[in-house]
Amino acid sequence: MPSDAPPIRTSPRPGEQTNAQRLTERLRSAASRNGALGALLLLGAAMALLSPVFLSTQNLLNVGVQAAVIAILALGQTFVIISGGIDLSVGSVAALTAIVTGLMVADVGLPPLLAILLGLAAGLASGLVSGVLIAYGRLPAFIATLAMLSIARGLTLVLSGGVPVAQPAAVTWFGSSLWGWLPVPVLVMVALGLLAAFILNRTYTGRAIYAIGGNEEAARLSGINVGRQKLIIYGLAGTFSAVAGLVLAGRLASGQPQAAAGYELDAIAAVVIGGASLAGGQGRAFGTLVGALVLAVIRNGLNLLNVSSFWQQVVIGAVIALAVLSDTLRKRRN
Amino acid sequence: MTKPFLRLAAVTLAGTLALAACSSDTGTDATIDSGTGAATSEVSLGLALSTLNNPFFVSLRDGAQAAADEAGVELVVTDARDDATQQADQVQNFSAQQLDAVLINPVDSDAAGAMLAPLIQSGTPIVAVDRAVTGVEVDSFIASDNIAGGKLAAEALAKAIGETGKVIVLQGVAGTSASRERGQGFSEGIAAFPNIEVVAMQPADFDRAQGLDVATNLLQANPDVVGIFAENDEMALGAIQALGSRAGTDVFVVGFDGTDDGVAAIDAGTLYASIAQQPEELGRAAVEAALALLAGDPVDAVVGVPVVVLTAD
Repeated sequence: MPSDAPPIRTSPRPGEQTNAQRLTERLRSAASRNGALGALLLLGAAMALLSPVFLSTQNLLNVGVQAAVIAILALGQTFVIISGGIDLSVGSVAALTAIVTGLMVADVGLPPLLAILLGLAAGLASGLVSGVLIAYGRLPAFIATLAMLSIARGLTLVLSGGVPVAQPAAVTWFGSSLWGWLPVPVLVMVALGLLAAFILNRTYTGRAIYAIGGNEEAARLSGINVGRQKLIIYGLAGTFSAVAGLVLAGRLASGQPQAAAGYELDAIAAVVIGGASLAGGQGRAFGTLVGALVLAVIRNGLNLLNVSSFWQQVVIGAVIALAVLSDTLRKRRN
Repeated sequence: MTKPFLRLAAVTLAGTLALAACSSDTGTDATIDSGTGAATSEVSLGLALSTLNNPFFVSLRDGAQAAADEAGVELVVTDARDDATQQADQVQNFSAQQLDAVLINPVDSDAAGAMLAPLIQSGTPIVAVDRAVTGVEVDSFIASDNIAGGKLAAEALAKAIGETGKVIVLQGVAGTSASRERGQGFSEGIAAFPNIEVVAMQPADFDRAQGLDVATNLLQANPDVVGIFAENDEMALGAIQALGSRAGTDVFVVGFDGTDDGVAAIDAGTLYASIAQQPEELGRAAVEAALALLAGDPVDAVVGVPVVVLTAD
C-alpha cells in the first residue's frame, strides 16, 4: 500500500471506528503483509459468484479438509525453505509413516498409540538422516532429500509389499469429524500452524532458522551451531510430514504405498505462494497455511465448476504463477 | 566449490558403475529365465516382457506359458525390468537365437519400434501385447478392450440405479490411453439410457486420495447424484470413502481393474461392480496369434481380449 498521503478520515474520528471499519483495516493490513491472503480472498469471491455451492458451510469445511495434508507438509517445508534449504522427501516420508503405523498394528500387534509413536519416529528419523547428510555430509539439500525421497518410498514399498495396509481406529480418527461436523484434519492443521508460528517467532531455533536462511556464514560467525540447527530443521520437517501421513491414512482408512507421491511439489508451491523466498530468510507459517488453502480452493472450484481435465492443469499453473507474481511485485513496490 | 563437487561426481560415478554391474548381472539371469524343455519341440517363441515386478504381467506370463505348453512349443521369457535398453538387448538376443516368432510387451512403444525393425526385415512374425509398438508395423496387437469395458461399466451402473438419475465420472490421468478409452466406452454405453444424465466428468488421476477429494466436491455441487463411474478401482474406493454409509445404498459405484481391494469392496457391498482385465487371456491370445501366424493363418491386426464384469452376484 502506498502511504505517501495521510489517510483521509471522515467521521467517526479516530478511536471511534466502527467494528466494520476496524475489520476492513485489519484485513487490508494483513493483505498488504501477505499477498497470498489477497489472492485467496479474490479467488474465494470469484468462486462464490460462479458457484452457489462454494460458500456453503459444508463446502468450506471440505476445502479445509482437502487443504490439510498439503498444509501440514508445507508447514514442515516452511522451516526448511526459510533456512534456505529444500525438502523433496516430505511426500514419501508421509507414506512411510502411514505404512509403518499400519503394519505395527496389523502385523506386529502393537497397541495403536505406540504404533502411531513409532510412525512419527520413522518420520523424525527420515528427517534426521537428511539433516545429517546436509549438515555434516555437506550434501546439497536438493540431493540429500532427493535421495531420501527415493529411500523412503522404496522402504514403503518393501514394508508393504506394494499392497495397501489397513489402519487402526486410532489412525482413522485423524480423518474423522468431531461431533459429526468438526473435521479433525482441520483441527490438526490449525494446531500445527500455531505450533509452527510459535517455533518460528518465539524460539531460539526459530530465530536461528531466519538467520541461517538470511546468511549462513554470518549465522555461524554469530555463534549459532548451524549443523545442530539444521538437524532440528529437517527433523521438524520429517515429523510434520509424518503427521500429514497419519491424516492422509486416516482419511482413506488405508495406508497406500503410492500415497502422497508428488505432494512435495504442492507443498513447496504452498510455501512459496505464502510469501516465502526459495532463497531463504523469508516466510511465515500463516502465509503457508494461506498458500495451501489457495491450492485447495482452486482444486475445489475447478471440480464445482466441472472444468475440463485438460484445462485444470493450465489453470492451476497460472494461478500459482499469478499468486507468486503479485507477491513479488508488491515486495518490489515497498 | 569444485572439490566437494568432484567428490560428489566421483561418488555418483562409482554408484552408477556399481548399479550398472548389478543390472547387467540380473539382465543375464533374466535372459536365462526360459520356459519348458526345448528338446521336444521345434518351434520356439520369445516373449519380451516389460517387467515381472507387477502381478499383472506375471499372470500374463503364466497365460502365455500355459498356451505354449498346450501347443508343445518352447517359450523363452525375458524380463526387462522396465528398462528399454535391457529390452533392446534381449530382443537382439532373440534374433541371435533365431526364434520363430517374437511376442513383445514394450517398455516403451517408440523404442520397441526401433529394436524390432531388424526382426521385421528378416520376416520374423511379431505380436505386441498390452502396449502397442509405434514406428513399425507388427503383425498383431493383443490388448484388453478398454472401450468395451467402459460400455460394460455403463451398463452395470445403469442396472444398479434403475436406468434413471444423475451420475458422475472420475477420470484417470488426462491423456492416458486407459483413461481415454474407458471414458469413451462409458460415454458411448451410457448414451443408450436417455434417463441417465452425466452431470460431471472430473479427473482424479487414478489415485485414491484424489478420488476422495474430487468425489466430495462433486457430491457437494450435485447432491442428487445416484451413481459414480470411476475409471479405476482406486478412485472408486476414494469415492466410497467420500460417500460413507451412502455407498451401495443411495449411491452406486462402479470401478475398473478388479483389484484385490476392489473385490473386497464388492464383497462388502460398497462397490457395486468392477470391470476386470484378464491378463492370463492376454498372454494366451498372444501365443495363439503367433502360432496362427507361423501356420500361415490370417490374424487380425488388433485383437481385443474381452474384459469381465465382477459383481456380488
